[in-house]
This record gives sequence, structure tokens and C-alpha cells, in this order.
Amino acid sequence: MSDPTPRSQELRIPSLARVEGETALHLRIHHGTVIEARLKIYEPPRFFEAFLRGRAHTEPPDLTSRICGICPVAYQMSACRAVEDACGVVVDGQLAALRRLLYCGEWIESQTLHIHMLHAPDFLGEDDVIGLSRSHPEHVKRGLRLKQTGNAVVELLGGRAIHPVNVRLGGFHRAPTRAELRPLEERLRTALDDAWDTVRWVAGFEFPDAECEADLLALAEEDTYAIESGVPTVLRYGGTLPPHSFPLRDFTDHVAEEQVSHSTALHSRLDGRRHLTGSLARWAVSGHLLSPLALQAAREAGLGAPPSRADGGRGEVCRNPYRSILVRAVEVLYAVEEALRIIAEYERPARPYVEVPARAGTGHGATEAPRGLLYHRYVFDGGGRVTEACIVPPTAQNQGAIEEDLRRLVQAGLDRGEGSEAELSRLCERAVRNHDPCISCSAHFLELDIERTH
Amino acid sequence: MSTPAPPQPPARPRLGVFKFASCDGCQLTLLDCEDELLGIAAELEIAHFLEASSEPVPGPYDLVLVEGSVSTPEHVERIRRIRADARHLVTIGACATAGGVQALRNYADVDGYLATVYARPEYIETLATSTPISAHVPVDFELRGCPIDRGQLVEVITAFLAGRKPAIPNHSVCFSCKRRGNVCVTVAHGTPCLGPVTHAGCGALCPTYGRGCYGCFGPAGTTNLPALVPLMQRDGMSEEDIGRYLHTFNVTAFTAVEEQGQPGTTEAEGPG
Repeated sequence: MSDPTPRSQELRIPSLARVEGETALHLRIHHGTVIEARLKIYEPPRFFEAFLRGRAHTEPPDLTSRICGICPVAYQMSACRAVEDACGVVVDGQLAALRRLLYCGEWIESQTLHIHMLHAPDFLGEDDVIGLSRSHPEHVKRGLRLKQTGNAVVELLGGRAIHPVNVRLGGFHRAPTRAELRPLEERLRTALDDAWDTVRWVAGFEFPDAECEADLLALAEEDTYAIESGVPTVLRYGGTLPPHSFPLRDFTDHVAEEQVSHSTALHSRLDGRRHLTGSLARWAVSGHLLSPLALQAAREAGLGAPPSRADGGRGEVCRNPYRSILVRAVEVLYAVEEALRIIAEYERPARPYVEVPARAGTGHGATEAPRGLLYHRYVFDGGGRVTEACIVPPTAQNQGAIEEDLRRLVQAGLDRGEGSEAELSRLCERAVRNHDPCISCSAHFLELDIERTH
Repeated sequence: MSTPAPPQPPARPRLGVFKFASCDGCQLTLLDCEDELLGIAAELEIAHFLEASSEPVPGPYDLVLVEGSVSTPEHVERIRRIRADARHLVTIGACATAGGVQALRNYADVDGYLATVYARPEYIETLATSTPISAHVPVDFELRGCPIDRGQLVEVITAFLAGRKPAIPNHSVCFSCKRRGNVCVTVAHGTPCLGPVTHAGCGALCPTYGRGCYGCFGPAGTTNLPALVPLMQRDGMSEEDIGRYLHTFNVTAFTAVEEQGQPGTTEAEGPG
């Protein structure tokens, strides 16, 4: 069959900014209809899964933290859980609480970074946080203070905010004393006010109408908002509550990665369908387990009450990606509260870690990175050497949902007559930033290509 | 009579931040300078910093910070263009100064790596090596660390603004450890530690938390690796364990030390 080879036009638009990492976007527009929106993720391959092979069972936490400088704690926690699972060790009590505290620190600093530095400028017509600091100085100062408090938690427990050194299999190299944690309390109490003010601030933004047509996937726990553990739980798009769960060991049977020619990041599909992880998914799956204070903040912010089994699932699921900033702000408030609770209940464990002896086997680990579910699987031989590693980051899972968002948004933009490069670029940038993709986990280099055929 | 134009404020030096193969952690360090960030922005015009700003300004730039290693054919071209646009170029972090953790491929079969990670390796364009920026273009200063230290980054920027060489010591982690008042983990507990051969900068974090240094800042200016190896063996590490310890975050730099007895990357001069 002959290709009609219509006149095609390729447009380049300045790189998409204010995302973590870089990628490119390719739009194919034919007769004013968006045929395809593809995120072109040009990750120069870094081969983590390959060079983990042959490494000792103690090494994945430090090594995989280098996949991402934005959420290193998430990598360390998922890696620890997977290795410990393979070795038959469960970390509980105060050591588990300390891990949650460390993770709360990362949630506070990372979500605050996204809210203030990457996302809010879109709602207020600024190019960046520097512009925002001129037009809204008090909000930027508050954001920096809040972020600093998150960093302070990670630094105290982990030694430094990026690639912390104190995490090890079974717990920590050194557990802090109660007295050492005390200075954090004062900062966290200030942060509680800052987090409330942040929720109120972002609640005043103007949110375009949008709906993400994707299944939602998040970890769930019985009695707490899942952060550092949980069971994969799915709320189908158009499906009815309650959500259904599947065992973590079956994760890659459900979330299958496929490689596509236009991207070096692997694409994941959930049971063959498009899915989204992250704040919106967590809110839908376990929002009812947030604290009363966080739920009150959510109500004030207009998120309503999340669905729960108790109310027969009548609550509100938020599917508007623009409003993810609200859920993030509520999650920051919750993480601050959790950090305060854990510190108040903390007693230094007798030993900073439990032994995790090597053995042959396969282990699975998943935690809720700020951007969504992060899954690791390792296979070990009898000497405790890694023979196989599999890592599924949130951005690879979210890519399909982001592309669908982009397709719909650009179409709506074209229908409104917004067809210029600058207008389409602005729309796309906002749409991508809504999802806080951590492209460094999988990607590089973002610029926009528009291919138009008439 | 014409009115003279009002005096313009002096133009601020323009800063560009660029990323190659990396985790974003070193450029994030700039955003983690919460107390200094607005002050830095007042002294420098942040002209290109994709992670933070959506309005990149074309070069030339007075100060360029480069994160990440060169690992694709496109990178080779891009770093040359950036160098041509940069009055002063500083690399930040282990990837940019030593090829980073992804340089483990340099000692492996990259086709085998591709087949391990990707079902369709033919879609992937990559070099067989991950190399530091200095392997491709002249570099004015190299800031070490995986990740870099926030205080050292502020010092590099301050030194640039003042037109002097950054005061970044070239000595080993042991010096920082002593200054911090730590008990030596190797002497007191028999914990293997790369501190004696590792470049200072982290503030001796690992020994402070009771673990041995794992070398994330790369080799110190002068090292005596042959003296350290038997000590690590005494403390229970096999030759293979020591090899993996050295061959991780600064693999090319420590390999150069093993082979030549000296760090492989250049200790570049500061601004004139």
C-alpha cells in the first residue's frame, strides 16, 4: 500500500522544563487531530539491573539509590524490603518506625519541592521559583523552610539528604537517641503550620477541568496510610469500589513492562490497561486512613472525603491531574504529623539493625515513592549474590497515562484554536508537570517535536 | 536637552546548569541550598537550569555547572557545544568527574548489558563507555562526590564570584574524621573503611554513623592503596570484596589509582 506522504511539518519547541530529568515529546497532528502523543524518553541507559548482577546481597540499597537523586530513600527502602523478603527477615518495631520517619522526611522535602518549585509557578504564571519568589515571596520562603525541615529529617537519620548513608539491610548503621531526635520536633511543629498554610494556598489556585482515564494503583495497608510497605491495590477506571488487591510476588504478572521504539524507558501496563500511580492513586485507595487533621485539610481544600469501605465507597476519587497538587499538600501535612508521632513514641532500639543473613531465593519489595509505587525484585544464589534484578519505577508506569493526558489536552487546545507552538508547549508542560514525573529514574532530554500533516 | 539614560545595574554573571547521564542529585543540591538559594539567584542570573526554570536563555554563560557523564554519541557533541558557550566550566559530582556508577559498563560487555535490560537492544543508542567530562573538553574545576556536598558547592560558586580558586581541600576523609572527633572505625572496631584513600568533602559521614567509608567522593589527591588493602583483608574482606568496594561510584578513578598509583582525573585549576 502506498503511503500518501502528506506534507508534514516538524516543529521544535523549547525544552520542557521543571521536571526532574529531561525527556522529549513528539506530537503527530493530522488535519487538526492529534494522532499520537508520545513521551520520548532518551535515557542514556545506565544499566543498573545489569550491573547489580554479581553484587553482594548487602549492596542494592546503596547502589539503587543512585538511580534517582530526588527519591533515593524510596530506592533504598524498596531495595531493603526486597532483599529482606528474599532472606526471610521482617523488620518491625522501632526500626520499622524509624524507616517510616526517614521516608516521611523524603515525602516532605520531595513533595514540597514539587509543589513550590516545579508545579505552583504554572498556576501563578511564573517561569520558575525565582520569579515566584518575587511575586509571592512569603509562599516561597515557607516552601523553602518546609523543604528544609524534610531534608533535616533525612539528614539526621540518613547522614545527608541525597543518597543517605545510614540505611542498611535490617535497619540502620546507627539508631539515633531520643535526645538527638528532639530538635526535629520543634522544626516539625513549625512545619505543621507551614503545611497547613500550603494546603490553604494551593486550594486557592484555579484548576482547569480534566479527568485522567486510567486505573489507579497504590499500595494499601490495613490500618495506616501506606508509605513504606503494603499490598498492590487497584481501583479500575469506571469500576466499582472496593478496590482489589493482588500479592506483591505477582507484581510483574500484572504490571508488564514493554519496550517501545521511541523511548528508552520501559512502558508498563496493568493487566493490559493504562494505569496511574502516585498521589491521586494513594488518595483513592487509602485516603480514608489519613489522620483526622489531614482529612480536615483535604475537606477544606475541596477534595471532599475519600472513599472508604465504611461508607460503602461513596467518597470522592480525585481524577483531575491538576488537583494532584492538593493531594500532595495534604500528604505533606500528614507526613509532618506522622514524623511528630513517630518521634514522640520513639525509644531507641537495643540494636540498630537485625541481621539479614544471605540465602538463595527471590525477594519482592515495594514502597510508595513520592511519585508512586516503586517495585524491586532480586534473585540471589546460595552465596547471596544477585543473579537477577528487576526495578519498576513509577514514571515508567505513569507514562501511558501521561501520554493520554497530553493527547486529550492538545486536542482540546487545538479545538479551542490554540495551535501555536508556544500555546501547545505550555499546555503540554503543565500536563506533564501535573504528574511530577521523575524522569531521571528512566529518562533524559525533553524537547517537543510537533509533526503536522495536512 | 536630552535626559541621560538612568544607570543600568551591572549585569550579573550568567549561570547555566546542564545534565548528562546522572540521577539529578548533584543539580538538586543547588535547590537544596534553601538558605542560600535566593542569595545565589541575586548574585547570578540563572540563565539555563531546566530542572528549575522553564525559560532557558541561550549562551554564552559565565559559569556552567555540568552534572553527569558522557554516555551517548549525542553527549559527545553536546558537551563540545556547551564548552564553547562556557567561560568557566565546573563539573559537579562523580558522574561528571569520573564517569559515575554507570561507568561499570566500561569493564563489562555492553551488548550483554543491553540484552539484560532491554528486550529490543537495537532501539538503544549508547556508547560502550561512560566517561568524565574532562575526557572530552577542558574543565576548569572538578567538584567530587556522589552526591556533591552542599557546602562545597556554595564555596565553588562563591569563589567564582570572587574570582579566586575554590578552597576545596584535596586530602583524605581521615582528616575530616579526626576533625569531627570520631573514633576510627577501623582501629577501634575492625570495620573496613576507604577513608584513608578517599577524597574529603562529605564531612566523614559514614564513620560518623558507624560504617566504613565506601568511597563516594573518589580518590584523594595522594593515596597509598597498597598499604590499605592488607588492612581491609585483615578485617575480613576478600580480594573480590575489595574490588567491588573500589569499583562502584568512582570506578574509573579508583581503577586509575590501582593501575598508576594516582587518581586518573585531573585536579583542575580554579578561575584566574
